[in-house]
Amino acid sequence: MAKVIEKAQQEKEALISGSEAIAVACKLADVDVITAYPIRPYDTVMQYVAKLVANGELDCEYIVAESEHSQFEIVKHASAVGARVFCGSSGVGWMYAFEALTVTPALRIPMVAMVGNRALDDPGAFGVEHNDALAVRDLGWQLVWVDSAQEALDTALIAYRVAEDRRVFLPCAIACDGAFLTHSQSMVKIPPQEWVNAFLPPYNRGDLQLHPDNPITIAPQVNEDWLMELRKHNDEAMKRSRDVVIPEAYRDFERIFNRSYGNPFFEEYQTADADVVLVGMGTLSMPVKVAIRQMRKEGKKVGFVRLRWFRPFPAEQLAKTLSRFGAIGVIDRDFSFGAPYVSGVVATEIRAALYPVDKRPPLLDFISGLGGREVTVPDVRRMSDMLFAARAGTPQPLTTWVGVRE
Amino acid sequence: MGRLFAVEIVYRGIFQKNLAKNISRGIVLAAKHDGKIGISFGRYGDSPERNGIPAKSFAIIATDEETLQEGMAKYEPKETDISISVDDTLCKGVESWAWYGLQPINRLLKPGGTLIVTTMQDADTIIGMAHRKDFPYQLALLRGIPSFSGLWVYKDDHTDVRILGAIAKVLPELLSLNAVELAIKEEWHDDLKVKSARKSFERVEMRVVGPSEGNPETPYSFELPKWQEMREGVTIPGIPAGKAMTDPQTQQAGGFRPDRNPTFKKFSTRTMRPVVDFDTCVKCTLCWLQCPDSCFDVTPDALYDANMEACCGCGICEAVCPVEHCITMVNETAFADNASQWEAWRKDKTGYQTWLQDKITHLPPREHGFRIRGQYAEEIKDLVKVGVVDTGDEKISEQVVTDPHESGAG
Repeated sequence: MAKVIEKAQQEKEALISGSEAIAVACKLADVDVITAYPIRPYDTVMQYVAKLVANGELDCEYIVAESEHSQFEIVKHASAVGARVFCGSSGVGWMYAFEALTVTPALRIPMVAMVGNRALDDPGAFGVEHNDALAVRDLGWQLVWVDSAQEALDTALIAYRVAEDRRVFLPCAIACDGAFLTHSQSMVKIPPQEWVNAFLPPYNRGDLQLHPDNPITIAPQVNEDWLMELRKHNDEAMKRSRDVVIPEAYRDFERIFNRSYGNPFFEEYQTADADVVLVGMGTLSMPVKVAIRQMRKEGKKVGFVRLRWFRPFPAEQLAKTLSRFGAIGVIDRDFSFGAPYVSGVVATEIRAALYPVDKRPPLLDFISGLGGREVTVPDVRRMSDMLFAARAGTPQPLTTWVGVRE
Repeated sequence: MGRLFAVEIVYRGIFQKNLAKNISRGIVLAAKHDGKIGISFGRYGDSPERNGIPAKSFAIIATDEETLQEGMAKYEPKETDISISVDDTLCKGVESWAWYGLQPINRLLKPGGTLIVTTMQDADTIIGMAHRKDFPYQLALLRGIPSFSGLWVYKDDHTDVRILGAIAKVLPELLSLNAVELAIKEEWHDDLKVKSARKSFERVEMRVVGPSEGNPETPYSFELPKWQEMREGVTIPGIPAGKAMTDPQTQQAGGFRPDRNPTFKKFSTRTMRPVVDFDTCVKCTLCWLQCPDSCFDVTPDALYDANMEACCGCGICEAVCPVEHCITMVNETAFADNASQWEAWRKDKTGYQTWLQDKITHLPPREHGFRIRGQYAEEIKDLVKVGVVDTGDEKISEQVVTDPHESGAG
């Protein structure tokens, strides 16, 4: 295998968006069945896939469904008969598919989907909020957030590898911030096909494949004697994904593609000597990093942890990392009205993760960037100031809306 | 701690759903007059809206609230003081929707408990159908055919209150006759129904069933697997397609018998079964084609044998058969086993004709199958005439009974 990779052609560069990068990953993964139903910002990926198919670059069944619900049902069934599938949606489109989204992990379907994060209606808005993808967090979907087109492409390949691993067989959604990632083109390295072939084995559904030679019934009705054991299967699969399969996939990715993501679950930025740390998901990493560089010039040691994998959630690792700092500030590009301490989803999860740890720093939540509003450098500076105050022992509100007009 | 009583009513959906509910509610309402409290519920896993499917309703009664909690938040009691069968064909066993395997009618009955059956058959026939228990229990018979009482389009035949009267007789610690009478007055405002309850209290026939009596067959049972032992992905192996049959006379293989689910047979849904006259069959294939359960085996001599492990007793084969009296639906109480009719016919054609004639004249001729509008009302009139339904020489109540608490089906 190593020889193949050595001899292989070099990576090519292309100017493409995050959505287009995922479409390219579909081509490299030689996906068999793709379903589409338009909604912004997800539609950017379906348009590019359609173009690849029309140009003869991708040989797949490309089905335009009559709704998101059918869109997800079709690929669910295609996956059950052994096809590698791709799907996706955004905002309320994703919510319209919800019933299909619940049965997909329940049936151990390794679907890969792209969620172009979009604010939920009403009012209709195109901008990013993470609530759409987060809505499936309890169902057995693996959820990963990326912050660049390159990472979108690479993560899509990793997602196929993890989802289709027999030890996992759970769907994976790649969440991409609407506009900032889905509609913004940047230079992306496209790996040669040989590398992808070496990294991603064919999808083999084994004894779970619906096929005339393997007569099985999928999803019979059951009573209370059976369901809890089936839930336990999915619980174990998610744990295997976190403990074994995701780390394995990133190690192999680094070896074959010569590109490292460090810790698969979260990226740490200038945390080594940081006094306080910010945590967030997706493209808000950009203004946060800029602000951190500014503040460091002023002697304010702020670090940043960008969470990639929200499911499976790296609780122990994250709690161990975050307990090092004097104060933690979580930036939630989501809302969870009436949640504990009226915080967002990510802050609530991190508080829960920290509970068994001896040293629990003050944790402040910042609801910011809703509906695609920009998270600005001054916003991040204000959050950091509150963190330093909390570290110094001055009580701060547990949840603050940053960037709302008041 | 006080005493806890559990009563189950085993019935057939959908026609007896309201009847069963009226009985379980009646038990709770009557127990109140004896200073007890209780709850009434249907088995959640059942699908009682399906025609003919066995289902259950329960009344849990306690002498005090804390004791009652022991019987609450459960799908069904672990054991019963009284099990009631309002359709005697259920005594062969019940396999409800979402259950696995045939369960004996007296499965939950505790030692010394009572099985109450509404039937036209004698005690020996009922005992022969019910599975053996390894301890004695009591059998109480109440004369009657499977009742549709409580179903809004049918007339009230007082089966609900007759059951309550019988309970007062077999287990007075649970309900006194006085409490039953007070509850009937309060709930139904009908003195005639009070009279019916009193009559059944006097007339219920009882006898003890010993451990050596009953159907010796061992009911299907299995261990529930651990999660590690179960297939992933909510999948189960499919049923194989099937294979040729063997002629018991010539040992020649031929025809086709579809394989069937060995653990989910559904045949306890059956109240009647088709009896086939193979001598008049013209091999038109209509029964085989139309059977919704693929229950017909194609025999090596190209006849169609209704397999009693798979037949639900719907009667479509009888309806589509173009030959007069070739397929006849017969009440399930006429049969002791699920043996192949075709094999019996192959072995002894003359003997089979005698057997067939005996079966198709069995009484009652049919149940849950009505060919003319108003047939049930006619039957009730006849049953009053011959004394099966006893209303004390008074005209049976004309009122159409509906459950005042029932706002809709399901």
